[in-house]
Amino acid sequence: MSAFSLFNYWVVILLMMAGFYTVIASGNLVKKIVGLNIFQTSVFIMYISMGKVTGGTAPIAAENTELYSNPLPHVLILTAIVVGVATTALGLSLISRIKQAYGTVEEDEILEVTQREDDVT
Amino acid sequence: MLSMTAIAVVRLQSLFGVVILFGVYSLLSASIFVVLDAVDVAFTEAAVGAGISTVLMLATLVSAGRTEKPSNRNPWLPLCVVGITGAALVWGTLDMPGFGDPDNPIHHHVADRYVNASPTEVGIPNMVTSVLASYRGYDTMGEVFVVFTALIGVLSLITIRQPRKQLPLTPAADSPDNRPFPILQVMSIILIPFIIVFALYVQFHGDYGPGGGFQAGVIFSSAIILYTLTFGFDDAILLIPPGVVNTLAAVGVLIYAGTGVISLFKGGNFLDYGVLAHDPIHGQHIGILIIELGVGITVASVMIAIFFAFFSRAERPIK
Repeated sequence: MSAFSLFNYWVVILLMMAGFYTVIASGNLVKKIVGLNIFQTSVFIMYISMGKVTGGTAPIAAENTELYSNPLPHVLILTAIVVGVATTALGLSLISRIKQAYGTVEEDEILEVTQREDDVT
Repeated sequence: MLSMTAIAVVRLQSLFGVVILFGVYSLLSASIFVVLDAVDVAFTEAAVGAGISTVLMLATLVSAGRTEKPSNRNPWLPLCVVGITGAALVWGTLDMPGFGDPDNPIHHHVADRYVNASPTEVGIPNMVTSVLASYRGYDTMGEVFVVFTALIGVLSLITIRQPRKQLPLTPAADSPDNRPFPILQVMSIILIPFIIVFALYVQFHGDYGPGGGFQAGVIFSSAIILYTLTFGFDDAILLIPPGVVNTLAAVGVLIYAGTGVISLFKGGNFLDYGVLAHDPIHGQHIGILIIELGVGITVASVMIAIFFAFFSRAERPIK
């Protein structure tokens, strides 16, 4: 087992951390959603890399082929992508409503507004 | 290249640039999926990531503003947390089995059966489809429910705007001078039939090649989205009224669950397609075709409805 055999997982970790950093460090809600999506894609890539078999082909039965990649992770990720876009849409619609209610999508400014409202009451 | 795009996304402050880069990032990851033999997944990622989610994010940006305010927060604490987590994960990967080794544990629990037995048990060559629709039919039904629930959530947060009062079309209103983007419109008229035919091919050929209900639904909805983007919301809902879309989303879920109930009545287990016809293999064929149709209808109409909800808020009347 060479060091290169883990290279895929390290790329995944790099991407995952980039997404994670965006989520916790950025104050803008839209950017947080993008970060969450990057995080999500990194998990997809990890699953798919685990399913890969060296020398295998895509898991569609054909003659003269013996070795296939593992179809199970493909199935899981396929549905996860579609569910992912549905939940992203839900998040974006929440942002839309927040913008309507607070006039901003920056986390700091939203906190300020709620603080002021608390002071008034 | 993927990492470079990701890091650019993190650093950019122009949200418009971030969203476009995110589309690039999705397309790149789709090509990685092709290299890793996951053609079905690549299909979906290209259509969803580079197409629909980019459009949805752009629609949000219209209301939310284009640039991020510079943050005066200290970046070192999050950076520290991220560094520690990353290091812990790298340490974790040292115990992972090597990449691409056929002896890895992941390839030897249920995967053996899926790969070796599914062409004879289910009778279709595409193993991804047979696992998705037959072996793990319950899971997929759950996913369809989740997609449908997300639609309910989105529609309860933002409603689809009612169309503006339609003036009766005068010849002048339909003349080429009043059309805002003539070149785009002509191009999309040429493209849309091909996109829809391709979506139907992907839908019904999913048993044999890469494809299936999820991909077909997304591709079909992208045809409608293209039409809406070039012709405007008011024209699009004349073509497909939102009420119809919402009903179709529910109908798709019903087709899926209904197939399960029918197989119960025929004496099998829930979603056991073997009993749908005299020959179990034939029954599997019919069952998979029907539930993929249900998935396709639900996914397509949910995507269209979500897009309508966003777009009707974002669109400004064109003067």
